[in-house]
Amino acid sequence: MTAQNVRSHSIDMSSVLRDKDATQQQPSETCIKVENLNLFYGEKQALHGINMEMQKKKVTAYIGPSGCGKSTLLRCINRMNDLVDSARIEGKILVDGDNIYDKSVNVAALRRRVGMVFQKPNPFPKSIFENVAYGLRIQGINDKRILEETVEKALRGAALWDEMKDRLNDNALGMSGGQQQRLVIARAIAIEPEVLLLDEPASALDPISTLKVEELINELKEKYTIVIVTHNMQQAARVSDYTAFMYMGELIEIGTTSELFTNPSKKQTEDYITGRYG
Amino acid sequence: MDNSKISHHISGQFNKELEDVRNKVLAMGGLVEQQLELAINALTTNDLELAEQVIGQDSQIDELEIAINLECTQILALRQPTAFDLRLLLAIIKIIHELERVGDKAVRIAESAIKISGDVNSLPRHEVDHMIVLVKSMLDHALDAFARMSVEEVPNITGRDEKVDREYDNIVRLLITHMMEDPRNITRSLDVLTTVRALERVGDHARYICEHLVYMIKGENVRHLSQEQLVEKINTPR
Repeated sequence: MTAQNVRSHSIDMSSVLRDKDATQQQPSETCIKVENLNLFYGEKQALHGINMEMQKKKVTAYIGPSGCGKSTLLRCINRMNDLVDSARIEGKILVDGDNIYDKSVNVAALRRRVGMVFQKPNPFPKSIFENVAYGLRIQGINDKRILEETVEKALRGAALWDEMKDRLNDNALGMSGGQQQRLVIARAIAIEPEVLLLDEPASALDPISTLKVEELINELKEKYTIVIVTHNMQQAARVSDYTAFMYMGELIEIGTTSELFTNPSKKQTEDYITGRYG
Repeated sequence: MDNSKISHHISGQFNKELEDVRNKVLAMGGLVEQQLELAINALTTNDLELAEQVIGQDSQIDELEIAINLECTQILALRQPTAFDLRLLLAIIKIIHELERVGDKAVRIAESAIKISGDVNSLPRHEVDHMIVLVKSMLDHALDAFARMSVEEVPNITGRDEKVDREYDNIVRLLITHMMEDPRNITRSLDVLTTVRALERVGDHARYICEHLVYMIKGENVRHLSQEQLVEKINTPR
């Protein structure tokens, strides 16, 4: 390259000006809407009047100290709290306009639309192939060709295919923690949900595996609406488009991640993200 | 000194690092003010030794800028600061650059003092004295505002920049008249022009320090705004 064309970069000013606040200006569609949500564990109220919207094909991160209700709120989105006997819920959560707490809702069908990945990777003690194919098999799909296609697609989607394509029949428990977590994500996306809920997906992983999972999240948002709970604020800053700060069961502030981390509007948020005590 | 905006981190070490950087910026500010004061004294009292001293001391300011810059870089890399802490460090990196430039202007004034020394009467004293009072107070109050971490005084400080610019224009007109009257005045007039230009730039740098301070405190970018727009931004609650 000659010296001249090394420097021959032209800038499209309109793109510079547009990017300034891209996340705010882009018309985005609401995927999940939480309305006046209260949640009680027995007598104790864990969530207080939560109202928020999460945008389609965007990553929304929940941050806040332990016990602030962020995991509880996440679990509400695919009704995991139904499994807790003492839990009682008031209010609505709309996914694509449908209230998921409506009596007519089939919870199994809801969880096919809203997949979830937990903090600790929980592969089944089966082969890698069977782990990913599991969701399809319980739907009664046993056609070998469909299963193979879906497994490959899901493993590619979870950035595991190249590493695992020759080991599909190995037991999944023999994989590393980072690989297991990506396998669980592959299992979740194999049934093509609309929403992916990630509860501390990288907290048990080493830094490199964490970066791989973060890179994966970035790729997955092309197709899915993602909600992630994380204790790692830098992670929230790196992967999310929107960040919600919760404290003592209340939503304190939600905004674009770039704004929230450079210029939060509430003092409580500022104190938390800068590591201050109030 | 108000430390409340910096302290109260759970990590005491982080508090110490931020306070240390801020104290170094204040020390650098003090040194720069002193250099400016000495350079102006050298100019107005025709003291060549003092002028040489100013020129010799400039490297201290350069070294301080590099040291503070390094410290900020390390905190950014190791602590990944956010919100006010992040803006504080970004603003400091810019403020020390402004201070370093004011240091250069002090050197410029000292050099002019040496050139003009044989002919102090060529200075339009009345106008230059007025400019000196204005820019010294601008720099002093800008550093005060930084020490207090308050934008309250900013409109007063930046408002004075317009007066400085007006005085500068007056002096330029005066110098042009001198030069047109007698071409033998040209060399000396250009030396005087260099001096007042340096003073005028000190006012600009004080104004920029205020702008960085507003970004730090309010998270608003107020660069390239008119005085009225700037005042409006400062008075708008977040």
